[in-house]
Amino acid sequence: MTQAIVLDVPDLTLDGLLDTPAGRALLSCIQCGTCAGTCPYGEVLRYTPRRLIGMLREGFIEEALAGDDLLSCVTCYDCWAKCPRGLRLTDVLLPVVKEQVLLRLPQVPPELQDALANTMRYGNPMGESPRKRAAWVESAGVPVPLLRDLGRPVDVLWIVECYAAYYPRGQDNARATARILNALGVDFAILGSEEKCAGECARLVGEKGLFDTLREQNLAVFGKYEFGALLTSDPHAFDAFAYVYPALGLDRPVDHTTPFVAARLDALKPRLTQELGYKITYHDSCVLGRHNHVHDEPRRLLEALPGVSLVEMTHNRDSTICCGGGGGGMWLDTFYKAKGHPRLSDRRVEEALATGADVLAVSCPYEVPRFEDSLKVLGGDDRMVVRDVMELVAEALAD
Amino acid sequence: MKILVLMKMVPDIVEELEVASDGRSLDQEYLRFIVNERDEYALEQALLLKDGLGATVTVVAPDAPEVDDVLYTARAKGADRLIKVTGLPAGSGARATAAALAVTLPAIEGALPADLVLSGCQAIDDLDGFVAPLLAGALGVPYLGLVSRVSVDAAAGKAQVMKEFAGGVMGRFEVSLPALLGIQGCEKPPRYVPVAKVRAAIGAGGIEAVEASAGTAVAPVEVAALAKPEAAGHAEMLEGSAQDVAEKVADILAARGLL
Repeated sequence: MTQAIVLDVPDLTLDGLLDTPAGRALLSCIQCGTCAGTCPYGEVLRYTPRRLIGMLREGFIEEALAGDDLLSCVTCYDCWAKCPRGLRLTDVLLPVVKEQVLLRLPQVPPELQDALANTMRYGNPMGESPRKRAAWVESAGVPVPLLRDLGRPVDVLWIVECYAAYYPRGQDNARATARILNALGVDFAILGSEEKCAGECARLVGEKGLFDTLREQNLAVFGKYEFGALLTSDPHAFDAFAYVYPALGLDRPVDHTTPFVAARLDALKPRLTQELGYKITYHDSCVLGRHNHVHDEPRRLLEALPGVSLVEMTHNRDSTICCGGGGGGMWLDTFYKAKGHPRLSDRRVEEALATGADVLAVSCPYEVPRFEDSLKVLGGDDRMVVRDVMELVAEALAD
Repeated sequence: MKILVLMKMVPDIVEELEVASDGRSLDQEYLRFIVNERDEYALEQALLLKDGLGATVTVVAPDAPEVDDVLYTARAKGADRLIKVTGLPAGSGARATAAALAVTLPAIEGALPADLVLSGCQAIDDLDGFVAPLLAGALGVPYLGLVSRVSVDAAAGKAQVMKEFAGGVMGRFEVSLPALLGIQGCEKPPRYVPVAKVRAAIGAGGIEAVEASAGTAVAPVEVAALAKPEAAGHAEMLEGSAQDVAEKVADILAARGLL
């Protein structure tokens, strides 16, 4: 099983790729095509990792970097997970190639352009007010302290991240997490308006300069405070903090809310008394699931909820199907539609509906809007709802 | 061809604007400035002309918070010269701003004459779009506003300009150069420039700071009072089941004689 690794070269570029062991290893690609076969957009992507490596090896560099083809890579880690040579395609090759693609692109698709420009200016892709990043706290119903107000170190700095902080259905996740952290007696705080996007999707779509800017700003804010560990609601932010920020000085443990709460299930279990009566199917996200192999923790949590039965989709765990939102895909739906690409979240939701479950549980805030949209498009919204695992745990939690 | 692009910073309304305690100005505490959206289209139009015909593009912007980032972003997109004008009083009104620019621009070495001067056709602090035509008048060049497309015949010294009118009607105009155009849009949205290129431009530097010229006779507008608009009425939210809401809608329409 391929394991996620901390990136040891913080400023890797295509030029310097062959100076690194992971980059040199790419030369050993056997051109088997497993990456293309497993890629969710393998049928529509012209430059699959196999072809990319082949072209770069033979010196067709500008040809490989021209055009917008690689915007269709949603960085699902499927090629990375299945490569028989164990090549670091998603975390090393694709970001440095996509960076050069973006630099050469004459026209960045407008939705993506807005998301990137908003993230640069406001620290969130929606272009929402930075001052209102913690506005959801008013409706949390439990204390959610700001670290700057506490004036003391905390055990856990919770990075709520953009979709849980701003997106209305994401805020349900944030409120649920706040209730659970309070129930567990965790000593935590948030950054509020000082928090900015971790930048992982910017990095994976090739906007390295934006990622670098956000990383500098975030590390400067982290440096102002004392905290024991980072906790985040967003698997993409988890990846950024766990694997990319350390090379630049972040030296704290990082956890995602789902495994964090699962590790404390024994303490929570006596209070999980509300009968839910749901038949749930759990979607493994590409980042938390396939990249980090966090598969058992969400299932343990869901199985601990009263009146819940769990059913599996055909593609589960490391073989999960991508929701299409990673690596900038979140802001490329119109671009994909114009290209005639299938909508990946529709494929996933079709499989979820086939299980007969009435709840599609997720652990990534991107998936709530993606799957809710697909349920409406496919006419399944009368049979199934999408809920974050945190929402379901909080629902079972007695006051 | 030489193109001069006028850009300016305006309050960013992503944060709610607050009136300062003096009752005459905006509270600066959370106020951020953003480039006027129409000016971004003016820059894009200039860069499109540069891409197609070749041109030198000079960007001129009054000094304001975050204006350096805007100028360096313009450089990263392809602008050749960046000029920041200091000492222009902010919020002095359309007439005074145009008059100040009319004496300052000719004093900037090499800025004028330009074949084209492009500016946004309006801004949130110039909704009537007066600054650009007043400036054109003062500079003695023709003005066309609400422009959404520009093509230039450099040999003939003319530009073809598309202007948008109400009801989706488009008008095509020909104007002799030099001219000042108030840009509403252009054939493409403003291009995205990766942050790495902006950071490289910041690293390279090169903004020229120029003091605004004195000697305009137009007095600036003085703000006597600033207040938020008072809500004159509120929307009524209809609650209840679809049936209940439908009945209430029907009652409201009937009460107003619409059924």
